[in-house]
Amino acid sequence: MDLQIAILLGQDGITTGAIYALLALALVLVFAVTRVIFIPQGEFVAFGALTLASLQGGNTPATLWLLLGCGVAVAAVDGLAAVRRGDARRLVSILGWNLAYPLALAALFYASQPGAMPMLLQILVALAIVVPLGPMIYRLAFQPIAEAPVLILLIVSVALHVTLVGLGLLFFGAEGTRTPAFSDAQFELGSIMISGQQLWVVGTSALLIAVLYLFFGRTIYGKALRATAINRNGARLMGFSPVFAGKLTFLLAAFIGALSGVLIAPVTTIYYDTGFLIGLKGFVAAIIGGLASYPLAAAGALTVGLLESFSSFWASAYKEVIVFTLIIPVLLWQSLTSHHIDEEE
Amino acid sequence: MSKPDSRPASIALPATEPVAGRRFAGFAPAHVLVAFLLLVSLAPVVLPEFYVTLLNYIGLYALVALGLVLLTGVGGLTSFGQAAFVGLGAYTTGVLTASPDLPGWLAWAGGSPWLALVIGLLLTALVALLVGSLTLRLSGHFLPLGTIAWGISLYFLFGTMETLGGHTGLTGIPSISIFGWELDEGREIFYLIWVFLLAAVLTTRNLLDSREGRAIRALKGGMVMAEAMGVNTSRSRMVIFVIAALHAAASGWLYAHMQRFVNPTPFGLHIGIEYLFMAVVGGAGQVWGAIVGAGIITVMKQWLQDWLPKLFGASGNFEVIVFGLMMVVILHRARDGVWPLLAKLVPVRGQHIEVDATAAALPRREMPARGERILEARKVTRKFGGLVANNDMNLHVEAGEILALIGPNGAGKSTMFNQLSGVDTPTSGEVLFRGKSIAGHASREIAGLGMSRTFQHVKLLPKMSVLENVAIGAHLRGSGSVVPAAWRLERGEEARLIAEAAHQIKRVGLEEYMHEEAGSLALGQQRILEIARALASDPCLLLLDEPAAGLRFKEKEALGELLSKLRSEGMAILLVEHDMDFVMGLVDRVVVMEFGQKIAEGLPEEIQKNPAVLEAYLGGVE
Amino acid sequence: MNTIAQPVLEVRDLCVAYGKVEALTNANIRVGEGQIVTVIGPNGAGKTTMLSAIVGLLESKGQVAFNGRVEVSPDVERMVAGGMSLVPEKRELFGEMSIEDNLLLGAFHRYRTGKRDHAETMNEVFELFPRLKERRAQQAGTLSGGERQMLAVGRALMGKPRLLMLDEPSLGLAPLITREIFRIIAELRKTGVSILLVEQNARAALAVADYAYVLETGGVAMEGPAHDLRDDPRVIETYLGLGGKHQDMLAT
Repeated sequence: MDLQIAILLGQDGITTGAIYALLALALVLVFAVTRVIFIPQGEFVAFGALTLASLQGGNTPATLWLLLGCGVAVAAVDGLAAVRRGDARRLVSILGWNLAYPLALAALFYASQPGAMPMLLQILVALAIVVPLGPMIYRLAFQPIAEAPVLILLIVSVALHVTLVGLGLLFFGAEGTRTPAFSDAQFELGSIMISGQQLWVVGTSALLIAVLYLFFGRTIYGKALRATAINRNGARLMGFSPVFAGKLTFLLAAFIGALSGVLIAPVTTIYYDTGFLIGLKGFVAAIIGGLASYPLAAAGALTVGLLESFSSFWASAYKEVIVFTLIIPVLLWQSLTSHHIDEEE
Repeated sequence: MSKPDSRPASIALPATEPVAGRRFAGFAPAHVLVAFLLLVSLAPVVLPEFYVTLLNYIGLYALVALGLVLLTGVGGLTSFGQAAFVGLGAYTTGVLTASPDLPGWLAWAGGSPWLALVIGLLLTALVALLVGSLTLRLSGHFLPLGTIAWGISLYFLFGTMETLGGHTGLTGIPSISIFGWELDEGREIFYLIWVFLLAAVLTTRNLLDSREGRAIRALKGGMVMAEAMGVNTSRSRMVIFVIAALHAAASGWLYAHMQRFVNPTPFGLHIGIEYLFMAVVGGAGQVWGAIVGAGIITVMKQWLQDWLPKLFGASGNFEVIVFGLMMVVILHRARDGVWPLLAKLVPVRGQHIEVDATAAALPRREMPARGERILEARKVTRKFGGLVANNDMNLHVEAGEILALIGPNGAGKSTMFNQLSGVDTPTSGEVLFRGKSIAGHASREIAGLGMSRTFQHVKLLPKMSVLENVAIGAHLRGSGSVVPAAWRLERGEEARLIAEAAHQIKRVGLEEYMHEEAGSLALGQQRILEIARALASDPCLLLLDEPAAGLRFKEKEALGELLSKLRSEGMAILLVEHDMDFVMGLVDRVVVMEFGQKIAEGLPEEIQKNPAVLEAYLGGVE
Repeated sequence: MNTIAQPVLEVRDLCVAYGKVEALTNANIRVGEGQIVTVIGPNGAGKTTMLSAIVGLLESKGQVAFNGRVEVSPDVERMVAGGMSLVPEKRELFGEMSIEDNLLLGAFHRYRTGKRDHAETMNEVFELFPRLKERRAQQAGTLSGGERQMLAVGRALMGKPRLLMLDEPSLGLAPLITREIFRIIAELRKTGVSILLVEQNARAALAVADYAYVLETGGVAMEGPAHDLRDDPRVIETYLGLGGKHQDMLAT
């Protein structure tokens, strides 16, 4: 291997590592706030990418129908409860978000040509379709069992993953897609060539991480989410409801997932089931961060990205084995260094 | 006018009340089992080929799910990686029986499926020990993620190693023959699969109903309790991990010889996930739940594959979508799985453990001489960050005396208790038990030396009977291990352990609740149960954390008598207590703590007159 | 009977059971506008259980009327939004966050409903607890026991509650700090907030309160104006769980 190749591999590693970092952050957040190990995180990546591709192909993405379906279900469940309590204001907001919003999006497709929109608008529309699925899924799948043991939450999470992958195949078919790059620019840095898309991925990831950092460090809602992760009961006593925390967390996770999908769609081919492995590597990164520390998780993500790209060069057949085996020594080191009296909840 | 029912109302028996003894109490368990076995053995004779194949798959899956019931449902360790162990069993036999040219050093092992089974199981045990020693130390949610990691790694290895045939796999695997009988049809291998499965179910049940089994079941009650009763919890975790892996490998072996070829697909993470679904849907704590879960999921998938394309057309894989949704719904509706619901439909008479009164008593420890210093704390200080929870504490307990440690809420008594029992280590100072420092020793070693304790927040296994809970206390007084327990070869020792537990239960006055679930007892009785459990270990020092809390007056009296009697036998007792009436009438000496320090020590009468103590209890603000 | 025309809080026949074990049976409590009411009693009498049930952390049977609105099953978010604030026995601080952030989150429900006066309220809290101001950037987890309690009370005050419920504020604190905490409780009376104070430290609690209830294994055993109960030997007896033979202990 010469320096040229090493630099190329390094670039690849950093690009994918940036995506893993985003996913790791989302996974850490979801686990800390809701105790859910969110296996379907990767499906949001795939849905984001494939929804965008479908828009660009001039079609109405099938995820819109999923949004409508979930909206109807949530509106039915929550709306009924609001009617029973006679809470008219809540009923309006429930119907607005869960029925009127998806219908308005559907009307947009009826009225306009998504294929002809500028790319930025297409991206926004794709996010507008996929991101609200996060809180809806929390409402339907996790809110009823929010107090259940972690194992049950995990199994439900896995069952959702199975369902969403199935839906992915139904919606988008078995064929992979690659969307056009955001920019065709190529930069030359000495002997190194950097593509504009790679800069987009790394730059957006860095920006998003910075925004999240500010959100958690500076805003009261961000602080309230952190507080829930630190002490659920304490946060409840401040009037921060666990239901709201759950929905907000899933909204963020869905946003991070879908945006990651949009970012990497021009770099790698995305299939309906690609999300799972990407999500799992986000997990490896999150585990390196101990499912608790955000900066460590981000560092872990870069390590995973680099390891993956270099091992694909040296031993491409064993690429996945190497990445997933890496987790074990890390876990071991963690459990040896963190000594505590192990006790049940 | 003179109808028979015109008797005076006062002597009329209400017609709805069943006459005692004639009420249907459920079927005898043995009858239900025989009926089930009959149904199973008739199945291949009467059912068409398709259903026999389905039952074969159910049997294979149930074998793996059974391992998960033990690992996840009973032991609380979640694994997504079981499919990889199935693959290990399948590939081992595949390579050994189907490869035309084994390398020289392996040639001796080729050709025989039965030899391959043995080798596969040994190899699996070895891999499980290795993987387990790396990942089982992980607590809580790290473990399932760790299992995903090695599950995926092994799966990719199957697909990439050339000797294993890559993604196309291995073909030409022979069928199994038993004494010349070739099991080359589904109807024939059916019997082998179900014999394996039923043997596994029965041995697992036997194991759970034994000394080792109780230790395994105690894992879910928290490590602190199990270790304090002398259970080596890391060993117990490893035991169930290896057993679960062996079940999976056996299933893989059967699978390879049923299919006659192997490729990596059935050993991937997705199948590992399905196995976990089966265990959880069946009822993750129930051995029979494994069969129910495997049955439900296999049939459900088959049914969805058959019907959904007819309803929605062939495009898309609706069965996966509906399957996932159904899993979510099942878990929302029946968090404990389906088996408990089924068990209600077929009432089986409850069976409780027989106590053999004739069993020989267990050998007892030689009690230390009266007046010997059993436990001593020297200048114990414990800091948590900036908080000093214990400051320079000195105290000691002698054989044949009761010492009370009292003080207002938050005085640091619980922290002190943790230092004394070896759960926590002092920041400075030392704790001596029978003259030896206990710093750095595991709780179970300290338990072995004769220290036993109860817990302030009762730590029982609520679903286990009172008798079994107490028997956990006697863990270190037996030695019966896994294999003898699975095949019921340790019944002599087991009877002695159970008899000892029953004896301690009688001693504390709980005999009428012996076969009740521990969780159904009132809180005060649960505390007494903990004392019986502590006594079952034959200790020379008892540490009791608020034993009288929640007891009624009569119960307190009885407890006081019991403790006095133990004292007269030479037992050393330290108790932390709030009930002053109870303490003052019973104990020999009192140590009073406030703000982490000792503020008074002496005879009960002295303590009651001590102004500093009065101040501490009634509050110091004028 | 605590005779007040318009109680802020009225609890009727409140029962809580953990599985089959009853922890609280038929508790009846009233707190009037601007009153300090204390509930004292020995360990395990169900004091903490009662507060948790009132605020809605625990499921209960019976009736809780807050601000005249009857709640059959109280819900934490609704109670907090209505102006009820609980300082729990375990304090439940956000250990890895700064003092300032802990306080800010105390005003969360006000912020959410558009009342964004947290900066002023925080200054008021800092006036009450100057020590917190000095250490405003310090992490809550590194504070000493007394400072933690001050932060917990301060955080509860950030929500400008109508009813402040304090669960064992003196728990594990040195006498000097306990005195300080009780001085502040007495001072809070001026702000008009009603206080429900659960305490083990009977003397201090009775000294500061208007009205008192004595809770004994599951139910209210005695009640009356605080100054009447202060010297009642039966209170002290119940409270310490002393039988007749230890009466001499009190003579000294």
